Amino acid sequence: MTSKTLIPRRDFLGASGALTGLIAAGSPLALLAPSRAWAIDLKALSSSEGATLMAVARTIAPHDKLDDAAYALVIQAIDADAAKDAQLLRTLRGGIGQLGAGFASAAEAARVQSLKAIEPTPFFQTMRVKTLGTLYATPIAYAYFGYEGEAFSKGGYLLRGFNDLHWLPEVPLEDSGPVPGT
Amino acid sequence: MARIAQDDSGAVVIIGSGAGGGTLAHELTRRGIKVVLLEAGARQSLASFSQVPGDAFAQLTWLEPRTISGSTTVAQDYPTLPSWTCKTLGGTTVHWTGATPRIRPWEVRSRSTYGAIKGASLIDWPIEYAELEHYYQLAEKRMVVTRRNGNPGLPASNHFKVMYNGAKRIGYKRVHTNYMAINTRPADGRGLCIQQGFCVQGCKTGAKWSTLYTEIPRAEATGNLDLRIQCRAARIEHGENGLATAVVYRDAQGNEQRQKARIVCVACNSVETARLLLLSESAKYPHGLANSSDQVGRNYCSHTGGFVWGIFDKPIQFWRGTTLAGIIEDETKHDPQRGFAGGYHLELAALDLPSLPLAGLPSTMWGRDFAFVLEHYRSMAGMFINGEDMPRATNRITLNLKVKDAFGLPVANIHVDDHENNAAMRAHAQRQSKALYEAVGAIRVVNSRQTPATHNMCTARMSKDPGDGVANAHGQTHDIANLFISDGSALSTPGSANPTLTIVALALRQAQFIAAQMAAHSI
Repeated sequence: MTSKTLIPRRDFLGASGALTGLIAAGSPLALLAPSRAWAIDLKALSSSEGATLMAVARTIAPHDKLDDAAYALVIQAIDADAAKDAQLLRTLRGGIGQLGAGFASAAEAARVQSLKAIEPTPFFQTMRVKTLGTLYATPIAYAYFGYEGEAFSKGGYLLRGFNDLHWLPEVPLEDSGPVPGT
Repeated sequence: MARIAQDDSGAVVIIGSGAGGGTLAHELTRRGIKVVLLEAGARQSLASFSQVPGDAFAQLTWLEPRTISGSTTVAQDYPTLPSWTCKTLGGTTVHWTGATPRIRPWEVRSRSTYGAIKGASLIDWPIEYAELEHYYQLAEKRMVVTRRNGNPGLPASNHFKVMYNGAKRIGYKRVHTNYMAINTRPADGRGLCIQQGFCVQGCKTGAKWSTLYTEIPRAEATGNLDLRIQCRAARIEHGENGLATAVVYRDAQGNEQRQKARIVCVACNSVETARLLLLSESAKYPHGLANSSDQVGRNYCSHTGGFVWGIFDKPIQFWRGTTLAGIIEDETKHDPQRGFAGGYHLELAALDLPSLPLAGLPSTMWGRDFAFVLEHYRSMAGMFINGEDMPRATNRITLNLKVKDAFGLPVANIHVDDHENNAAMRAHAQRQSKALYEAVGAIRVVNSRQTPATHNMCTARMSKDPGDGVANAHGQTHDIANLFISDGSALSTPGSANPTLTIVALALRQAQFIAAQMAAHSI
């Protein structure tokens, strides 16, 4: 994903709904994106359906300081799948209908209660798997959670801090081994 | 590379190129024996290994459908991925973590040592430990295992420092950076470990032993190997005398092909090995090949445990460093006073950020509890419990006639009901792990449940009594003299060790046997 997918050129032809937002000033994401405004077109879902699913994703994985843009990418992925899979779209619409119009604006405790009531359903399990499978695989998440990702091109961590922890005693050599080159 | 005609009935056909099949292919071809090696997956290389976790998973994993049933939590948490194996040249030696502890002497005599256990189907191995040990030594030399044969251990990572200090504070004695088939210095024509932490994505320095870039190219160099990638076996055929005669497979274009064979060796990883034997049913063998004992697919074992995560308030960055370079050996013993038979290893384990939520935490965990763990990604530590799974005749691989693969063949169903011995062992290991992490200041400790098995074993097990298993001590099936089991399916019981070293040791032994039998014209 690049900033292009974060801030796509709006193409209203064929778009069903859209999600829009503003990246919070000072968020790590503000450094990655060329502009604070973002917008994501939805192919299959309406704007209000998208907003309900955003609230579901935030309830499943509530990271208060993680920008809405990260959750919007989850909904974009689900929407893309639903545009190709009528059964999935039916499942999503069924779940959205069950949660009701007030879900997206309800308090967190009420949202948790609503989702607990439908935890075994294909709708919830689909949302759980898609949310958890997408949310943490983006550069936004890498930046937020501090994950460094691919390291081979930088020579791994052998000389870049694989053993720089100093709040515990060192391991004796007989239970570990020499650091190559030392 | 050799070109072996499809109607040439003089070659050995090996199905699967992982720890068992890849090693066997090298050992036979270097003795001058012609081998056709069938591999369902494509050929990757150090250069082509993806370092994007999701892409790497898709690049290497067997993603064709399998189903799961039974009371195991795996059925709830991972209904569409009940086991995690590979479909790529080199098999699971591409995504394995390189950990090579040995099965222990009492574990190959588990039935004698533990006694009769209700609901279990334990047997003793048909091999004496002293003999197995000889092949362990050969395998460890070949794979350049750390802490063996004078090789140094891997250095201690941040992550291991946490595990080590916790373990020592609760009294564990045998704690070190594990026995690893991972180079600490250039050796065997392969690079050294640069502590990048991408062990399960394919090792881009080749520091981690894999048949992909050791055994298989060496087999090719003999001129005796006909390697056929993207070729998936569909059935093994036999003649009127009951001996195996050919392997029917689909090539890369999906066309059916038939390769005649003098000997067939099955090394498809335990789930698919059992499935292939069952798919090969015939009028003569109505329950599948080598299945007169009705043991094919039964006694399916993985390892008991799952992950334990220690959450701290100080930085660890556990994704840095060799993923599994840490082990505690103290709980690998048979001490019934702990409330269960057999034992377990605790091994260092980290997961990359994209994989942790689904692969490392139970499906029932979401919301604030879940988010708390992820918010501490920088300051987490992890271990994997690797405990001896209690074999049960009813834990088994069968054909699911309702679900078909792309070629219209029934997929494998995995049925698992957890034995109470496993539950007691898991609870003990989780208590010990919690104490370990709390001894070094953990603010919280979180358990996963069972995860999709990377260690799949025992579905065509070696047995002294032909009624108890599928193969003899050489992996030769009791029913069909020229049909061999050459992977982890052949393990009589799972022990508490990661299985790859044992699979390689048994492949070295089996190759000697097959070569001698061929030379004597016994097969």
